[in-house]
Amino acid sequence: MKKKILIVDDEPNIVMSLEYTFKKQDFEVFIARDGSEALEILKHQIPNVVLLDIMMPNVDGYQTLTHIKNTDSLKNTKVVFLTAKNKASDIEKGLKLGADKYLTKPFSVKKLVSEILELL
Amino acid sequence: MNNYSLIAIIIIYLAMLFFIAFLAEKKRQSKWVNNPYVYTLSLAVYCSAWTYYGSIGIAANSGIDFLPIYLGPVIAAPLWIVILRKIIRISKQHKISSIADFISLRYGNHRFLGALVTIICLFGTLPYISLQLKAVSETFEIMAGESSYISTTILDDSTFYVALLLAVFATFFGTQNTDASEKHKGIIASVAFESILKLIFFLVIGAYITFYLFDGTSDLYNQMTKTENFKELNTLGGVEDGFNWLFMIALSFLAIFLLPRQFQVSVLENNREKHLKKAIWLFPLYLLLFNVFVIFIAWAGKITFGPESNAEYYALLLPLEYGNTFLATLVFLGGFSAVISMVILSTLALSTMVSNNLIIPYGFLDKFIKNQPERNSKYIKNIRRISIFTIIIAAYFFYISFSKELSLYSIGLISFVIIAQLAPSFFIGLFWNRGSSKAAITGMIIGFCFAFYTLVLPFTLDAYTGTDDFLHYGLFGIDSLKPYALFGIDFLSPPAHAFFWSMTFNIMSYLVFSLISKGNYRERNYAEMFVDSKNFTKLQDSALVWKGEAYVSDIKNVLVRFLGEKRATRALSIFFTKYKLPPDTQLADARLINFSEKLLTGSIGSASAKILIASVVKEEQISLVEVLKILEESKETIVSNKALTEKSKELSQLSTQLKDVNEELISKDKQKDEFLDTVAHELKTPITGIRAATELLMDDEDMPKEIKAQFLKNILQDSDRLGRLIHNILDFEKLETGRLNLDLQYQDLQKTITKALASISQIAAKKEVKIINKNSHTFKTIYDEDRILQVLTNLLSNAIKFCAPKTGIIEIDYRLGNELVEISVSDNGKGIPKEDHDYIFDKFYQSKDQNTRKPQGSGLGLAITKQIVEKHNGKIWAKKDVKGGASLVFTIPFK
Repeated sequence: MKKKILIVDDEPNIVMSLEYTFKKQDFEVFIARDGSEALEILKHQIPNVVLLDIMMPNVDGYQTLTHIKNTDSLKNTKVVFLTAKNKASDIEKGLKLGADKYLTKPFSVKKLVSEILELL
Repeated sequence: MNNYSLIAIIIIYLAMLFFIAFLAEKKRQSKWVNNPYVYTLSLAVYCSAWTYYGSIGIAANSGIDFLPIYLGPVIAAPLWIVILRKIIRISKQHKISSIADFISLRYGNHRFLGALVTIICLFGTLPYISLQLKAVSETFEIMAGESSYISTTILDDSTFYVALLLAVFATFFGTQNTDASEKHKGIIASVAFESILKLIFFLVIGAYITFYLFDGTSDLYNQMTKTENFKELNTLGGVEDGFNWLFMIALSFLAIFLLPRQFQVSVLENNREKHLKKAIWLFPLYLLLFNVFVIFIAWAGKITFGPESNAEYYALLLPLEYGNTFLATLVFLGGFSAVISMVILSTLALSTMVSNNLIIPYGFLDKFIKNQPERNSKYIKNIRRISIFTIIIAAYFFYISFSKELSLYSIGLISFVIIAQLAPSFFIGLFWNRGSSKAAITGMIIGFCFAFYTLVLPFTLDAYTGTDDFLHYGLFGIDSLKPYALFGIDFLSPPAHAFFWSMTFNIMSYLVFSLISKGNYRERNYAEMFVDSKNFTKLQDSALVWKGEAYVSDIKNVLVRFLGEKRATRALSIFFTKYKLPPDTQLADARLINFSEKLLTGSIGSASAKILIASVVKEEQISLVEVLKILEESKETIVSNKALTEKSKELSQLSTQLKDVNEELISKDKQKDEFLDTVAHELKTPITGIRAATELLMDDEDMPKEIKAQFLKNILQDSDRLGRLIHNILDFEKLETGRLNLDLQYQDLQKTITKALASISQIAAKKEVKIINKNSHTFKTIYDEDRILQVLTNLLSNAIKFCAPKTGIIEIDYRLGNELVEISVSDNGKGIPKEDHDYIFDKFYQSKDQNTRKPQGSGLGLAITKQIVEKHNGKIWAKKDVKGGASLVFTIPFK
């Protein structure tokens, strides 16, 4: 069975690179342009991993993560933050809320893939 | 005029005075009673019958020698601001009720000193009161036309009854309060009234004699020059006369401060210190007016009656001679007024002294029974009432025995010389803290003895023995002991001579004894308080240094004896509240001792108050050094406390300022942090896109061609975005830090709008949005065209961004307002949510309600726009009541 990944980001150019990368890694890729779209998708899909930006309009990354953590059906879903926010306090906050990994932008595609694969 | 109608006039007049005094007592707070004019007029009690009648006598017989008696007070008046104000302050603070109290308190509540001052005042004032009675009696006789009539018994003498009436008046209004330091407003009001009357009547008679009976001043002068020794009378006779004048001026200078009745009106009855300011010019003016006609009346009398008649009563005799009984009655009433004021105030002042400084401290203290405050205060009042009667009766007998022989003027001077003996301890003690009680006592006694020997003894012996051997040959026939020419000084008039010698020895002994004897600590304590009164008024009750053991309950018992339970309790609770002490305090401190002494001083005098309080406390002796140290310390504490309070106020102000600045800095810092954070985030976004795409392009060789092209396009897009962003950030920073200088030129707004429309026409066309330029007029004003162009482009591209493709319509318009042009850009897009209106111009602000994709932009566009508009002194805002779409408006002011 194909592994599922949900990419949540509001920057189309970045989404395009990520989509291409994970499709090549044989993932089934879902795309959400912000937190609320992500939550909509998560109603029907249980991805193995969610790649989450933080600064997004409406529902932001933290809120989305909290929702995932509070949803029983998603307890096996890993959450990885992928964000430009790289202050120690931001990282701490993200991990405290239950993120499995915290990766910062800009990122190396190869490294990102290996981090995700390692997690799974 | 017969006896009975004269007595009737006197009684009617007295009834009127009673009424005035009664009214004033009833309306104690009214401004009619409390004003500088009443105060000044009450000071004119100085002008007694002596002035009214006696001056004319002197003017007739010795020329202008009557003047020094008024020059002294005139010279003293300007000094009141310094000296009298200090005395008033001290007296108010210590609830002083007489000059005896004042002097004895200065020397540490000295009981004997208070008594001595009282006795000197008695000696000095009794003849003076008798002088007044003499004047009443003699003018009465003149008015009644009975100059030859000699009364055989007291009961037959109308003067006796007049004296009794005066005593009743003084008793009634002078002893209403037990506390003698309370003001006697009734008496003062009637005295002020009488001062007006006596001045007016005197001026009227002066004018009548000078201008009606005679043909003006030059007529009088011409007639007068024809009389004998006119020249000698009206010129100063060389150095010797100069000395006489000097001493007379000095004498009256001292009298205006020291006479018990002057102390009473000028110090004790003073309501407000500022009244002094009026008095210092008004009082000399009063004296001047009083003396205008003196010399002319004297001349007129001399011309009319020749050298034989009694010159002192010219003012009365002249109108009578010309048959003007009405004017004569006015003169009589004026003189009577002068008498009443003087007698009442003098007896009032003396009776307070006699009771508080003589009778109560010497033997009557034990008579005051515990828990019967009403009876005790009755006792005190009765002592004073009896004193008043005794003094007036004594004065009457003095008059019977001596005064009949002497002139008004000489009796007045005897009084002045005796009273002057208080001067050294009074004045020097006020400014020199070394002056001691021993010195004061010695000086006074020695001075008094000299005055007695050189002035009182000669005429007493003369009156009793009938010979003047003593005068001519001196004591035991020794030449240098001649009473009027002591130690060979024979060129002075007897009063000046007595004044000179008594004062010389008085001052010398005061100084010598002050230097060789030191007062005890209490004395030094009060000396400091008096001399340095300015500093110690701030210390208030704590200015008294006291060490020992005392219980509040014991002190309260003493207070209750005189004030009654209710007043004592209230006074103590006020004290406890003032010093923030618990109401159940048991041990008394120095402040309570001082406070209680002050409370009692008004009722029983300072000496008695000290004795009473001392009887219930166990006092320890403190060394002088300790006293001075404690005083210094408490003074310093007050000063440093004040300084500390000020400093701490300053500090707390400073710290609030610092806090504000710090908060501002923190908020600025935070803003800067946030700004940098956001900038970094915004920069990272396109870089992330570029980096990812580039990596994929590099590593993935078998990537389909169309995807490759898309990635390359993305890279290009992100690079452009990055460039734009950097440009905007720099632009914004420049604007915000104010480093941007506008290139202000006269420009055509229409042209600028056209340029803006041209620059965005391509984007608009691409989205098929229609733009309408509504105003086609040209309008020229001053602005930076490049920058306003930037504003317009920003607003237009923003509008395009939020418009729906194809159906979007944008309108640009401008209109002229009051000294400004208002430019608006409106669209029919989705509009701006209400809650965002205040924030859209903040940097990097993004609407929360933006549920579609984030529109492309740096997040700085509107912030930059706002900065540019504000730099032009304009305003920018989003219109609030727009239906369907948004409308952003900005203004550029012009002149």
